[in-house]
Amino acid sequence: MQLPEAEQLIGALAESMRPHVSTATCLVGIHTGGVWLAERLHALLGLSQPLGSIDVSFYRDDYSAKGLHPQPQGSKIPFDVEGTHIVIVDDVLYTGRTTRAALNELFDYGRPSRVDLAVLIDRGGRELPIAASFCALTLPEPLPAGQNLQLERDDSGALTLRLIHA
Amino acid sequence: MRNPQLNKHGELQHLLTLDGLPRAIITQILDTAAPFTEVAEREVKKLPLLRGKSVFNLFFENSTRTRTTFEIAAKRLSADVINLNVSTSSTKKGETLLDTVDNLCAMQADMFVVRHESSGAPYLIAQHLENTGRDHIHVVNAGDGRHAHPTQGLLDMYTIRHYKKEFHNLTVAIVGDVLHSRVARSQIAALTTLGVPEVRVIGPKTLLPTDVEKMGVRVFHSMEEGLKGVDVVMMLRLQNERMNGALLPSPQEFFKVWGLTAEKLALAKPDAIVMHPGPMNRGVEIDSAVADGGQAVILPQVTFGIAVRMAVMSMLGSH
Repeated sequence: MQLPEAEQLIGALAESMRPHVSTATCLVGIHTGGVWLAERLHALLGLSQPLGSIDVSFYRDDYSAKGLHPQPQGSKIPFDVEGTHIVIVDDVLYTGRTTRAALNELFDYGRPSRVDLAVLIDRGGRELPIAASFCALTLPEPLPAGQNLQLERDDSGALTLRLIHA
Repeated sequence: MRNPQLNKHGELQHLLTLDGLPRAIITQILDTAAPFTEVAEREVKKLPLLRGKSVFNLFFENSTRTRTTFEIAAKRLSADVINLNVSTSSTKKGETLLDTVDNLCAMQADMFVVRHESSGAPYLIAQHLENTGRDHIHVVNAGDGRHAHPTQGLLDMYTIRHYKKEFHNLTVAIVGDVLHSRVARSQIAALTTLGVPEVRVIGPKTLLPTDVEKMGVRVFHSMEEGLKGVDVVMMLRLQNERMNGALLPSPQEFFKVWGLTAEKLALAKPDAIVMHPGPMNRGVEIDSAVADGGQAVILPQVTFGIAVRMAVMSMLGSH
């Protein structure tokens, strides 16, 4: 499969979001790829609210099967969640379980007025009733379960997509 | 022989002592604790990691701070916490320790937090659980006799790392009643495992174990010499309740020689931190001016203790 250029997708994603965000909108990236992506969107959209980040390690539903992530990064929500428009940002949307965990965690900080989900790629394979509000690319065919699609960042800060065969 | 604290995959199965616990596991606990400190800032101070699990606080010896912080830690992880007031319970009627444990297992216990006046009691429980094939139940030692108090040792390491960042360039002094102190044993084990190049113990001969040098520490019988140039001063509580016979003339006399005053603290590095596991005996091992002073990190120790206990319990509860 020919992978698309991440940088082009980021630009397209920002443009699709632009009419729907305001100066009060807060972005929350999901570790790790989602945080990088949120930093980019934040700059492209010229948002002024501080960026948040979520590490869903403590909210995963496979904790009792897989154990705790060895190096949880923790979450940083540097704004008041109560009554705020929040966009959760992740690189790839797959089963929807990470989004579910992020939503649960977010609500432990307060009650947002609205929550959207922005992703670079929807790879299919959903196991929960979750959909992205903004998505730069939906794969025509779902990726097989053994494959892993993720965002990577090089030393210069450039983002690329990588497909890993398990 | 396999380390009784680790399972066959090398994961933490029980936390019984810091002596012999691999450096990687100690570091993993400290790393895991860091993001837990932030939970206290949230509207809902809870994480779902131990939802549906039952944690039994089994305290055969009095404690307020340790029991309370374990309880808060378990509750912030969404566990159900059952506090057993053992002084008014079945053991007074003659039930053995292991019978008590079996009965609590029949009530679907998932974790025991044990404090006992006898060294080795948590080991006995862990061994019993293993012998009876109950691998899903975990034991945390919350202080056994003079032996160990591993979560106190860990929260002390967390505190040191928080203020000093690294361990490899530190000189740390442990001051006072080392002989009766399970805290000191856990501190020494953790400090040496984490690579602190110089660990000192300071105290009168009567309150230091006879073979204390074998633990890898330098011994000082003078505050003036021992405190010189240290980065961290870890005070110990004078344990009157554990003393048999006349090891000391009087608390006042002890304070005069071994109590930490601002004058003695001035011998340490200017940015040295002062720690104490609590409860403090003001005017016995520590002067109020120091305990309430700018170099004391005694209350942050208590706060960090919650995050460290959350880390230990979430690592145990994950398998």
